[in-house]
Amino acid sequence: MSNERGYHDVGGQDFGPVPIVEGEYQLWERRVDAMMRMLSSPGVGLMKFDELRRGIETLGEDAYAAEPYYGKWARSLCKILIEKGVLTQDELDQKISNLRSERGLAE
Amino acid sequence: MSEALFNVGDRVLVRDLQAEEGVQGHVRAPVYCRGLIGKVERICGVFGQPESLAYGGDGAPKQPLYRVRFSMSDVWSDYAGEAADHIDIEVYQHWLRAA
Amino acid sequence: MTTHSHDHDHSHDAIEALDTSNSDTALVADALRLMLIEKGIFSALDIQNQLELMETRSDRNGASMIARAWLDPAYKQAMLKNGTQAALDQGFDTKGTPLVVLENTEDVHNVIVCTLCSCYPVTLLGPSPEWYKSTAYRGRVVRDPRSVLAEFGTEISNAREVRVHDSTADMRYMIMPKRPKGTEVMSEADLAAMITRNGLIGVAEL
Repeated sequence: MSNERGYHDVGGQDFGPVPIVEGEYQLWERRVDAMMRMLSSPGVGLMKFDELRRGIETLGEDAYAAEPYYGKWARSLCKILIEKGVLTQDELDQKISNLRSERGLAE
Repeated sequence: MSEALFNVGDRVLVRDLQAEEGVQGHVRAPVYCRGLIGKVERICGVFGQPESLAYGGDGAPKQPLYRVRFSMSDVWSDYAGEAADHIDIEVYQHWLRAA
Repeated sequence: MTTHSHDHDHSHDAIEALDTSNSDTALVADALRLMLIEKGIFSALDIQNQLELMETRSDRNGASMIARAWLDPAYKQAMLKNGTQAALDQGFDTKGTPLVVLENTEDVHNVIVCTLCSCYPVTLLGPSPEWYKSTAYRGRVVRDPRSVLAEFGTEISNAREVRVHDSTADMRYMIMPKRPKGTEVMSEADLAAMITRNGLIGVAEL
């Protein structure tokens, strides 16, 4: 049979009753969607949805379970764009740190 | 681009390229349909291979994509619904062989 | 994930996840966006424009297509042959994601899912609901669709086939619900108003 099943490949598995919740996205989440649309647009051409999915499938099982939908997208985008050299982890870490200060959040 | 091998109505088997060829990474044939025999319902067109596109590749050689229909009772040995129930899944040609 | 085993309520998990804004992730997302703007990859206006475009994507788009198909047999047949073109004819550009429209009939009830992630015809239905993306829906609707439909209050008679469509590759799907009886004199707009988002996914009959 096949190798270990990807944690995203859930067809046939039982996670109990469907949580019938509509959901509502905050601004940061809608902006993640917008960001991916820009990155995958023909004019920019830095991301494909296949790459986004691969990034999500390799975040790790814990992150996959814990992150909200657009959180998975954001984490995947960081991973893939760093891989492509569009930005570095250091730059990103610095920016996050700056934002925390600006927003008055604890480190 | 790979030439289309199958027609509507053909019986096809879903391969497990991870087991057969050690294909790693991003694949789009779910585990639940691998090793199953279904019938081609329609030919959807020709598209790049996700295994390649997911890693910055160009997806070549592009593959014909098929919708394949399976009987639910073939997919699940203890299927609780009706004998007439089916599931249609999109499978790229390189994941199929004639059955 | 391997077979799921634990002893607390799944639906409570999902509600907690929604209520808890993950501020670490929000910071990461905002930092990424701001950095990409600084690097000139796109502008803040580009992002704003995308947000506005998002507002134009709703299930009223799909509903308008179905209502027109109910009234116009030629459009209906064209839609079942080529959903992408039918969407374009109604003014909706699915932008390179091909659309397949599936007709519910006396004999067949269709329902869509994406077990591997959450592919969905966003242009015609708007953003997908949280439940569509849940592992619970994705896992079980291919395994026991009738019981999942029952959770939505939808019972399909055992004389009808339930047909599930797993959006595993490049196609996107929308269901054409059966036109209810007694609607013969209704206007296209009134017909469209009857069609729900859940009917276009297939967890409801209309």
